[in-house]
Amino acid sequence: MKHKLSRFAIPYVIWMALFVVIPIILVVVYAFSSASGGFTLENFSRLGTYTVVFTRSFRLALIATLICLLIGYPVSYMMSKEGPRFQRIAMVLIMLPMWMNFLLRTYSWMSILENNGLLNQLFQKIGLIALYNQVFGTDLTFFRMLNTQGAVVLGMVYNYLPFMILPIYSVIVKLDSSLIEAARDLGANTFHVFRRVILPLSLPGVLSGITMVFVPSVSTFAISKMLGGGTEMMLGDLIEQQFLGGAYNPQLGAAISLVMMLIVVACMVVMNRFGEGEEQAVML
Amino acid sequence: MKRNNSAGNRIFMALVFVFLYAPILLLIVFSFNAGTSSSVWKGFSLDWYGKLFHNRIIMQSVYTTLLVSFLATIIATFAGTFAAIGFYAMRRRVREPLMTVNNIPMMNADIVTGVSLCLFFVAFFTFWGDFARWFNGVQSFIDLPVRLTMGFGTLLLAHITFNIPYIILSVGPKLRQMDKNLIDAAQDLGCTWMQAFWKVIIPEIKPGIVSGALTAFTMSIDDFVISYFTAGSSASTLAMTIYGMTKKRVSPQINAISTLLFITVLVLLAIVNIREARQERLRASRL
Repeated sequence: MKHKLSRFAIPYVIWMALFVVIPIILVVVYAFSSASGGFTLENFSRLGTYTVVFTRSFRLALIATLICLLIGYPVSYMMSKEGPRFQRIAMVLIMLPMWMNFLLRTYSWMSILENNGLLNQLFQKIGLIALYNQVFGTDLTFFRMLNTQGAVVLGMVYNYLPFMILPIYSVIVKLDSSLIEAARDLGANTFHVFRRVILPLSLPGVLSGITMVFVPSVSTFAISKMLGGGTEMMLGDLIEQQFLGGAYNPQLGAAISLVMMLIVVACMVVMNRFGEGEEQAVML
Repeated sequence: MKRNNSAGNRIFMALVFVFLYAPILLLIVFSFNAGTSSSVWKGFSLDWYGKLFHNRIIMQSVYTTLLVSFLATIIATFAGTFAAIGFYAMRRRVREPLMTVNNIPMMNADIVTGVSLCLFFVAFFTFWGDFARWFNGVQSFIDLPVRLTMGFGTLLLAHITFNIPYIILSVGPKLRQMDKNLIDAAQDLGCTWMQAFWKVIIPEIKPGIVSGALTAFTMSIDDFVISYFTAGSSASTLAMTIYGMTKKRVSPQINAISTLLFITVLVLLAIVNIREARQERLRASRL
């Protein structure tokens, strides 16, 4: 019986070969080709001119990931302590924003952060801007929030926070409660229970959460374009420009994509080393 | 562990939800705005909803989005379920490398998946052009089209490709939880293995299939990056239309259509959840 069933996978194995493996091989081939088709390493040496973009992407993505972790971990932990009904509704509520397209949600942030947007209107009403002007001796009429790196980080945190909460939550909620009771019986206080039992056991969820936030953050191009105002170019923007934008150069684009793939592979290796968290984690 | 949260913790959780929902609420509120601004309130109106249904570009892209998501979800659910069963039946040594390949589209940055598929389609079209020209040259019965371009077809292929892994990841654990003796028992009782498959395995893994399909559909609806690289210029999903608009000004009609979609999902999810809760209560009262 079991043996016969394994044939069911054959069509999908062919599918993967066509639409997953060959496309990736093509990226590798392009990355090492010149425009005329010969082998070259020039695409990689040209990456050096984009060091600024690389460091900016990494810095912003790391900050966003850290903030997501600092918000996401406590939320997941608190959620797991609530009743089952609350937990189910909370899970739905965390998934639900994805049904409104992320571009639109990001656009909504644009109208919140604009110079004459809602936040600045609010600050004006409650006199925060006047207070700021008095304290610092400036004469601002608004706080500049849109088109800054902070806005880009905010957009990343906003869009990818669910990807941090879901894997951590799904690991914490499955923790064997008898382990915690045992720790208590052996004299551990709340802090020690958390530090010595819950935190180490939830590490796989944390790691996959970090990957699931970091990878899309470092590669985003729409968020940086919308909230960064096009001045804060990131790796995603760079790739997009090489394929669909003005600076048409698919070979260079493929080289940057290859670097990005290597980042993902590195993340996966780290995750695999630290346990089997990814499966329940990726499944939302 | 079972102790409840303090008030401070609850406030923190509430704030996180406010953070997640404030922009969405804002979008919904401003879909009823009389003015075009998305930050200045000019009074209540349903204008944008009326105009929406006459806007061919938006309606067409909504149609494309829904069609591609539905088709991709259905095809991916079938393919993914069969693939998951196949993987489950394989030896570990064969399964593990295949699962790694399966995880690639999920783990990879969307933009890399999009770019790689874009390169693949372009390469395939070039190859196909040469082949068709040769084929049309050696015979005259069938005339193959020489120039293929990216469009709805490639969009659908891309969506199926990134959806299947979610189905497999959701069905796989259900298969492993299943009691293996069930299949043997069914066969001992006279089922052929096809019958055992339909009557035993499928009902056992149904929850996994449903949640996988739901995730896949959500991913399809929310996707922008992969679609952007694989749809070419002839097909446009809602996300792509929105992206085109963000360069200038997004019409509140987009707020209106998104509100409608969002409310639809909200109602559907509420119904599903209430039904589930009721069934659970029923089951509990029977015990």
